[in-house]
Amino acid sequence: MPFIPHTDTDVTEMLAAIGAGSIDDLFDEIPPELRAQGLDGIPAGLSEMDVTRLMQGRARTDGQPLCFIGAGAYEHHIPAAVWQITTRGEFYSAYTPYQAEASQGTLQVLYEFQSMMTALTGMDVSNASLYDGASALAEAMLMAVRANRKSKSQRVLIPKALHPSYRRTARGLVGNQGIELVEVDFDRETGRTPVAQYEAAAADGEFAALVVPQPNFFGALEDVDAITDWAHQRNMLAIGVVNPVALALLSPPGDWGDAGADIACGEGQPLGMPLASGGPYLGFLTCKQDFVRQLPGRIAGKTLDADGKVGYTLTLQAREQHIRRSKATSNICTNQGLLVTAATIHMAILGADGLERVAASCHANTRRLTELLCEIPGVEPLFDAPVFHEQALRLPAPAARVLSALAADDILGGFDLGAEYPELDPAVLVCATEMRTDEDMMAFRDKLALALRHA
Amino acid sequence: MLIQEQSRPGRTAPAQAPLHMADVSDLPAGLRRQRRAALPEVSELQAVRHYTRLSQQNFAIDTHFYPLGSCTMKYNPRACNSLASLPGFLARHPAAPESHSQGIMACLHELQDMLKIVTGMHAVSLAPAAGAQGELAGVMMIRAYHDARGDHARREILVPDAAHGTNPASAIMAGFTVREIPTGSNGDVDIAALRDAVGPQTAGIMLTNPSTVGVFDRNIQAIAETVHEAGGLLYYDGANLNAILGKVRPGDMGFDVIHMNLHKTFSTPHGGGGPGAGPVGVSKRLEPYLPVPLVIRDGDAYHWQVESDRPESIGRMTAFGGNMGILLRAYIYARLLGAEGMRRVSEYATLNANYLLARLKAAGFTAAYPERRASHEFIVTLKKEAKEYGTNAMDFAKRLLDYGFHAPTTYFPLLVPECLLVEPTESESKESLDGFVEAMTKIRAEAQDNPDTLKQAPYTLPVRRLDDVRAARQLDLAWKPAQVEG
Repeated sequence: MPFIPHTDTDVTEMLAAIGAGSIDDLFDEIPPELRAQGLDGIPAGLSEMDVTRLMQGRARTDGQPLCFIGAGAYEHHIPAAVWQITTRGEFYSAYTPYQAEASQGTLQVLYEFQSMMTALTGMDVSNASLYDGASALAEAMLMAVRANRKSKSQRVLIPKALHPSYRRTARGLVGNQGIELVEVDFDRETGRTPVAQYEAAAADGEFAALVVPQPNFFGALEDVDAITDWAHQRNMLAIGVVNPVALALLSPPGDWGDAGADIACGEGQPLGMPLASGGPYLGFLTCKQDFVRQLPGRIAGKTLDADGKVGYTLTLQAREQHIRRSKATSNICTNQGLLVTAATIHMAILGADGLERVAASCHANTRRLTELLCEIPGVEPLFDAPVFHEQALRLPAPAARVLSALAADDILGGFDLGAEYPELDPAVLVCATEMRTDEDMMAFRDKLALALRHA
Repeated sequence: MLIQEQSRPGRTAPAQAPLHMADVSDLPAGLRRQRRAALPEVSELQAVRHYTRLSQQNFAIDTHFYPLGSCTMKYNPRACNSLASLPGFLARHPAAPESHSQGIMACLHELQDMLKIVTGMHAVSLAPAAGAQGELAGVMMIRAYHDARGDHARREILVPDAAHGTNPASAIMAGFTVREIPTGSNGDVDIAALRDAVGPQTAGIMLTNPSTVGVFDRNIQAIAETVHEAGGLLYYDGANLNAILGKVRPGDMGFDVIHMNLHKTFSTPHGGGGPGAGPVGVSKRLEPYLPVPLVIRDGDAYHWQVESDRPESIGRMTAFGGNMGILLRAYIYARLLGAEGMRRVSEYATLNANYLLARLKAAGFTAAYPERRASHEFIVTLKKEAKEYGTNAMDFAKRLLDYGFHAPTTYFPLLVPECLLVEPTESESKESLDGFVEAMTKIRAEAQDNPDTLKQAPYTLPVRRLDDVRAARQLDLAWKPAQVEG
């Protein structure tokens, strides 16, 4: 019996201790008419050897194409040590550190993670993760509406140049609580969202908060200082959505404008998580000290034990669902603990210098890729603005057709922008992380030129 | 010592980052970072040693019996990790085209189908990232259903007082109000109170069955009838699905929507607090509202269904469609078990729980519901011990750690005083369970002799009992670099 240790003797002795005639008797409180008759359609169990063969075949089917898609998920080098340690059974098969004394490993990792995230973002406090970047943004919005003491508004300004899936996810998650998201258009020339655009969108009244992505979905760099200051002048809280690797080079949200962003969140995937089809990743959420009691999710804190020795424990649990139930800041319980472990080890190994090298290399590679691709007639940057590690390119042929021709050659040639922004069609968003070599990029150029000739 | 405290300026792990610092002078100076983030500067070995040592300060399933009630801490087969980590799966970008996704999509589609069969539901979406997100998706679908019928008055969700805290919190996040229904003294929902509570404002009820008090609610058909007759829907919290896998199906009990915790029943890792995965299953009338993406099969090809294919969907729960790596692990586990293995899960989980309960009762401990069968978990109340020795459930829990057992869940559900919620799971051998009974018996003897032995526990762990009050009053949530003077 897979994963069940009982011998026949065990079962006999155990049933005798219970005073039951059979295992089936243990289910005698279930009304007989409800009892399931079988599990038709579920295949018979396989040995590990057979499942291995099956899964190897499936994994091979999906190949390992050369990837030039970023669009919110990035292929970075991950030190071998990261996942070897993360998947040690002591991390992998533990649960939420409810018994702090028996979970100091996990708790100290959480505290170190929170410390690293506050260092990267320049914010005061961090929680111990949410599900992903998009759901973290939704929580950030709910938090901002609760925390804004100067405004009773339930509305939030959200740029169209924010990741389309983030906008959709956030809208679905916060809409139930009566929070209205008002979209702010981007400038067609630059792909950016200047203050004037926020102003135009906010002309009809009060807002609790605004969202500012840095870089935005197109890779374009926003004037975060001006936008943050404008938000504060209008009594809004400023929510930054940031890429943690980009923060090795870019001004951290805590430094934006005169007073800094109020909340910063984003996707932690670039910190040691493989692409893995979109998850599990981790959402991070950081904020100013003033808002710590509005922060959702688990938080580890430092304390002392009975002998005065330093230790770590979950704290401020009165915010959470298992204590406050319907009055909790969020319903979140299980978060992304194992990914936090990976991210923490990843950041410890790379350090600020390593992350900066990675960020610079991604940026330089994307710049190089842009030069190479723009050698092809009709391919040109869609916007005129400084970018970080993504580039929107106009194509001289329908993007979907070109991308599928490239895919047939095992090249994932970017994200089809027209699918999300029909007004930009035909265009693609490309990215070359530090993992792409010059040869990779030249191969992409050559195949793209070929695909365009036949398009 | 923190990794940050081991930092020395200029120390790096040069094998892990690009050799050259690329030129980024084209980035506008005004948008650049002014000073480097205070991340640790350590060697690769220092990091490896530090985190290996930290791991050794954890209890885990791989090292200890971990009978944490309601969390289903069973063995996480290693193959599920290694096979979900095959290069083809790890390298796949979430926006990869369907032409490069047929392998994983086949796994996801088969997982959807298997989950439909074991739960008796009409359709399944794998999108929610954890149990609580599955709950939220579930109640959002209930709301979408009533709204689509123009039934806007249904804004109240009923939740038994024994429910997980996530239930009322999820209902609030979906824009509902919450009304609690009491649990009767036999552990079943108080059906008379439920009949009084339902009405035209009732959107639905969220129910865990077997409930968090560790018994199967025998009135489930009457509950379903009561709520349905009042026009409400039934939500099944699948936290305790391990107890009934292959024995009784939520769909057959009359539930309209359910979530499953794959990190419980399907043995994906708990990871020190996640990731989980919380697929949702629905009856036919709720199918249009399922969260996206879904995988459908058309002949030999698999396709995604997204917002544009499913206009009535409640939408997307995360940016990229869910915790795919966890779904793969659950799929692998399901294939290893097969139909027969799944039935055995609930059989042996229930056998272990009832055996452990019987032995603890025989040893003189008090069951909260002594007349009832245990499901896959049960509650012991230490009210008597608290009164006689002045030692509470937390003292027992801390002392258990010294004996090498992770403590059961304490003080949940809230309606049973001084409770331990014990869930041994099917993974544990009779010897483990006997060892636990022995430890509990010894601890009670210690309590009798000298209650302080328990009150000061634990003694053998990396730290003694931690001061939670201090943690909350003198908040210290992040290490900060020393400020430069002047």
